Amino acid sequence: MATTTEATLARSSRVGAQPLLSVRNIAKSFGKNPVLRDISLEIAESEFLTILGESGSGKTTLLRIIAGFEDATSGEIWMEDQRLDVLPPYRRRVNTVFQHYALFPHLTVAENVGYGLRVAKLPKEEIANRVEQALAMVKMTAYARSKPAKISGGQQQRIALARALVNRPRLLLLDEPLSALDANLRRQMQVELKSLQREVGISFVFVTHDQEEAMVMSDRIALLRRGELEQIASPREIYGRPATAYTAQFIGHTNLLPGEVKGGVVRCHSLDWPVGLPDGPVLFSLRPESLRVVNSAAGSAGVNVVRFRARVCHQAFHGSTELLQVECADGLKLSIRTATRENWSGDLELEFSPQDAVAVRPSEERI
Amino acid sequence: MFSRAYRAAITVPPLVWVAVFLLVPYALLFCYSFWSVSVSQTIVHSWTLDNYRDLFRVNVYLQTLFRSMWIAARVMVFSLLLGYPLAYYLSFHAGARKELFYQLVIIPLWVSYLVRAYAWKTILGSDGVLNTLLQYVHVTQHPLDFLLYSPFAVVLTLTHIYTPFAFLPIYASLEHIPRNLVEASHDLGASPFQTFWRVILPLSIPGVLAGATFAFVLSLGDFLAPLLLGGPSGIMISNIVVSLFGAAYNWPLGAAISLCMLLLVLALIYLSESLEKKWSFR
Repeated sequence: MATTTEATLARSSRVGAQPLLSVRNIAKSFGKNPVLRDISLEIAESEFLTILGESGSGKTTLLRIIAGFEDATSGEIWMEDQRLDVLPPYRRRVNTVFQHYALFPHLTVAENVGYGLRVAKLPKEEIANRVEQALAMVKMTAYARSKPAKISGGQQQRIALARALVNRPRLLLLDEPLSALDANLRRQMQVELKSLQREVGISFVFVTHDQEEAMVMSDRIALLRRGELEQIASPREIYGRPATAYTAQFIGHTNLLPGEVKGGVVRCHSLDWPVGLPDGPVLFSLRPESLRVVNSAAGSAGVNVVRFRARVCHQAFHGSTELLQVECADGLKLSIRTATRENWSGDLELEFSPQDAVAVRPSEERI
Repeated sequence: MFSRAYRAAITVPPLVWVAVFLLVPYALLFCYSFWSVSVSQTIVHSWTLDNYRDLFRVNVYLQTLFRSMWIAARVMVFSLLLGYPLAYYLSFHAGARKELFYQLVIIPLWVSYLVRAYAWKTILGSDGVLNTLLQYVHVTQHPLDFLLYSPFAVVLTLTHIYTPFAFLPIYASLEHIPRNLVEASHDLGASPFQTFWRVILPLSIPGVLAGATFAFVLSLGDFLAPLLLGGPSGIMISNIVVSLFGAAYNWPLGAAISLCMLLLVLALIYLSESLEKKWSFR
């Protein structure tokens, strides 16, 4: 655990510059119930970081600690050279987009957007200009005089975004802002939000339980599990090189293969392949798309592959792909992602490249 | 969906109740206000506007009505000044003690009104707790006589009695304010004071209006507090109505005054409800 965290921390400071925000050893308990344990992570300037986790993983609590709505039990939060966790929320240069938007019902859309500027007592003309720009940015100029109750959920979400960004925060926190939208609008907003973030160049910390959303939008994903940081890495890395069985299963589908290494060769059921691992038990994650069906007539795709035969048990159509459940003669069951075909059945010749089987640390409890 | 008999069974009893105990008495009151009393102290059942004319011609009625409104206005203001901070504290800052404090506010409502009015009599009287204390610590040489049998005593007592009525709707409206709005305000840089002024207060206006209406209307029609503690200078309009229906035996004039009060109160409730609607945003 500790080693990966350090490794990823080192990687995150690739920019060389000081990180914008550092969360240092944050822990939080509600009464005797620990919600966060020793969380440390850093957020770079203009980075899109997603905090991903199931409900109860502590992701929202972590966000609320950064925003200042909760006090951490221990640990510190720094924004560059300023210690943040000792400041009240209204003195932090951090703004939040709330899960249910939290627009002020008694104010118009424009008044909502201008709220932060008015409490900061900026000159009237400047407020008017910046509100106008912010509304134009989220394409809501036409609704400036509407009350929040009169606009749709997607529109409310844009206003919440404009209301936060108009203050030019150093860091924007987003607490599952898309979870209340229907699937189509949600996908559209994911793209819009990501391009908006690139445009304004503000660091985003985005909380979600949706791994697909996290993959689509993030520069890096911090996966939380039961209040602990499971892994923090780029979407490609966290998908391709999951550190633990939990990560491998939570992000995408995977096959977990328990094996035993002996003298540089791993044996897993009746399969074996060479590995550069020390002797002992080992757990591999093998993505369904890493398994290929071999067309026996065409022969093997390469020399350095593991080949075996398995029988199709079940088939599920996923639109662009097909997910097959297969079983080997020795009882090993696997999922395979293949091209669509109406009737997969009988025995298949399968293969995978050993480098696609990633050794992961076992998690006490699987999903 | 429901049978005719079932619908009749649930709608007829309340309708009968309303008719017998509200509509019929109001109709009678209305009729009485246009009748008169003969020299021989019998009701004359012929229509006249004399009662309404008297109401506006005889100074004491209008004066008393204005004094009652002035007393009710002060009670309203003091109840809001006491009830709002209490409700705000309970709703936002009492934490685990919320339930306890809420019950403490409610419990006085279970104590008889008379007991509470009499309690003030023993506190405010010239041999009362307050005067004895003031003289004992040599703040005053003689008992202060404005404490009891004065409009002051009436305002004090009514404020004590009606503050919970102002408190409850305010508390309810504060409890309905989504807490994430308060967080959003802080998040956008507003201090606790700015948040109160720009978010909490505007969103609690419907509760304030309802509480103000309760305190004003209930004190306007009160007659026990002025009777027990008001003295001659603390007489209120209801005391006049009581005496007109009692010793003075002038039911028609009493009915006319009652109807005017009723109209006044209905107008106030209408006004307050339309303002409440204007200030609610859901």
